Amino acid sequence: MDEYMLIFRHEDGNKIASPEQIQIWMNQTMEWIGGISAKGKFVGGNGLPFEGSKVVWSQGVVTDGPFGEIKETIGGYIIVKADSFDEAVAFAKGSPVLLGEGNSVEVRKIDKHDV
Amino acid sequence: MLACLTNLLSNMQQSALIPHLFRTEYRKVIAVLCKRFGFDQIEIAEDIASDTFMSAAQTWPLQGIPESPVAWLYTVAKNKARNYLQRKTTFANKVIPETSNRNDTATLPDYEIDLSPQNINDSQLQMMFAICHPTIPPEAQIGLSLRILCGFGIEEIADAFLTNKETINKRLFRAKEKLREEKISIELPPAEALEGRLASVLTTIYLLFSEGYYSISNNKVFRKELCIEAMRLCYMLVENKYTNKPAVNALLSLMCFHASRFEARIGKNGEYVLYDEQDTTLWDTDLISKGAYYLNLSASGEQLSKYHLEAAIAYWNTQKDDTREKWENILQLYNRLLQIEYSPMAALNRTFALSKANGKQEAIIEAEKLQLTNNHFYFTLLGELYTGIDTHKARHHYEQALALAKTATDKQTIQRKIDGIGKPMC
Amino acid sequence: MKEYLLVYRTDFNNMPKPTAEEMQALSKRWMDWIGSIAAQNKLGNRGNRLEVSGKVIKSDGTITNGPYAEIKESIGGYSIVKAESYDAAIELAKGCPVLTVGGNVEVREISQVQ
Repeated sequence: MDEYMLIFRHEDGNKIASPEQIQIWMNQTMEWIGGISAKGKFVGGNGLPFEGSKVVWSQGVVTDGPFGEIKETIGGYIIVKADSFDEAVAFAKGSPVLLGEGNSVEVRKIDKHDV
Repeated sequence: MLACLTNLLSNMQQSALIPHLFRTEYRKVIAVLCKRFGFDQIEIAEDIASDTFMSAAQTWPLQGIPESPVAWLYTVAKNKARNYLQRKTTFANKVIPETSNRNDTATLPDYEIDLSPQNINDSQLQMMFAICHPTIPPEAQIGLSLRILCGFGIEEIADAFLTNKETINKRLFRAKEKLREEKISIELPPAEALEGRLASVLTTIYLLFSEGYYSISNNKVFRKELCIEAMRLCYMLVENKYTNKPAVNALLSLMCFHASRFEARIGKNGEYVLYDEQDTTLWDTDLISKGAYYLNLSASGEQLSKYHLEAAIAYWNTQKDDTREKWENILQLYNRLLQIEYSPMAALNRTFALSKANGKQEAIIEAEKLQLTNNHFYFTLLGELYTGIDTHKARHHYEQALALAKTATDKQTIQRKIDGIGKPMC
Repeated sequence: MKEYLLVYRTDFNNMPKPTAEEMQALSKRWMDWIGSIAAQNKLGNRGNRLEVSGKVIKSDGTITNGPYAEIKESIGGYSIVKAESYDAAIELAKGCPVLTVGGNVEVREISQVQ
């Protein structure tokens, strides 16, 4: 079975929503992950706070961001096991992140060749 | 493999017959008895095993050594066990009949103890998994392994840990309590749990080996026996189809490679001889080829364990020539090893390999990042890296190493390096 | 010690095709770099490389092929490092070989509450 990374892009929740709303999103996320875990297909994941994020470029250049080309920034990711790209996409479709307009989930297969 | 072990053994002092038999047979008898009685009655199993050797010590000097001493021991152990089991049943029937299970009395009680090679082997393997159960603290695992799996005497174990018999006895007592509390059963783990359980068995075997290989004890004979015992236990796992996994072969390979330098790395006065200064004619070529053999066997499956990486590093260390290929390989192996498990020694060795593969300048930058400032090896490494580049700094680092070194041997080694600064490098 | 996610990005489409030797040299630089972080006991998780192809699911239900089309550089992989602060994590990121092939490294603190 392969592993896939599901990358969430959305706006900074702290800027656009109340703490109560954020709590609701958290619960929805927990439920969604719980469903994947119940199938034994959740590997791990992390939330990434927006505050302080940086991008390092060559020659020691460091910028704030990444808030350049699109306003949605990576807000977190999970790694799942799936038999196919389609199955991973099906998992991604259930993500509560997609309830927010303009948000997205990127699905990428993990390259296991470099052991 | 066994021939190698026997060779190693034959190099050692010839021991007297009973202590020798104690070393080889006690562990077999105790494993079978424990398996039969369960950990609840481990003390009785130990008593019966010890009494058996006591009988030999009392009888043989008077009646002469029996034709087959091992068979004699087994017969005596069987008789003692039978007597015990009969007494126990009699007691149970007479005193507490109401609590005894009806089914028990319906079937004929079997008092026989099976000391066939097959059952001895099975019992020892099962015992290995029981003792190395993850719920048993590592220290207790080591103690029990030394006593029950390897059959070392309490005094020998105490010597190895530079402590006294009372401490070891207490430690073993607590460990046995733990086995009972946790209700550990003496059996091989089911297939789905094998990988995890095997991992803790391998950890303990490796600790036993390291205890022998790096021990502070001066008893060279005991240390060597300890290494051989660890290899023997690992060999048992390799010989069993169920437990013969790639990581087991990798660990055996690693121990073969290390053991091949056993004679070369300890000098006449028990001092360590550095790798660069070892007399390579003392390297055991049989063990080196065994190491290569098991390293090959380990290269199946998908799991790359730390034993694979360490065995591969040990393989390259058997190649005395200072080639670029050698050091590039060692560097990459350490890069991987550190990702699996960090240790300061691996970090230092990685940096040394880096200096050989990528040059001293890069290695100095990397070494400065490690900041292992309470480790004399760290300053020794810095001293070595700066030698030939900045004599002042080299000397300064060596002096810091000297101040941190604890043993006379380490101090001597560093002093020799200080004396060597400025001399042309070879 | 906090944990930081390093996200490696490169512009795959406009990258000059490396020769086999360049590939090998680059691969060695990656291994030495990860090894260096591990030797400092600052590696949380070596992470993974991601295969180039992928899919993006948007909130309106559309699914597009490939990594994010709107962004020139796509994510090539990630690792997790342990560092005292953002600055320390950034210092580690500055040695990343992706920077030598026109890429960049996004440094993100990992949320402690899970």
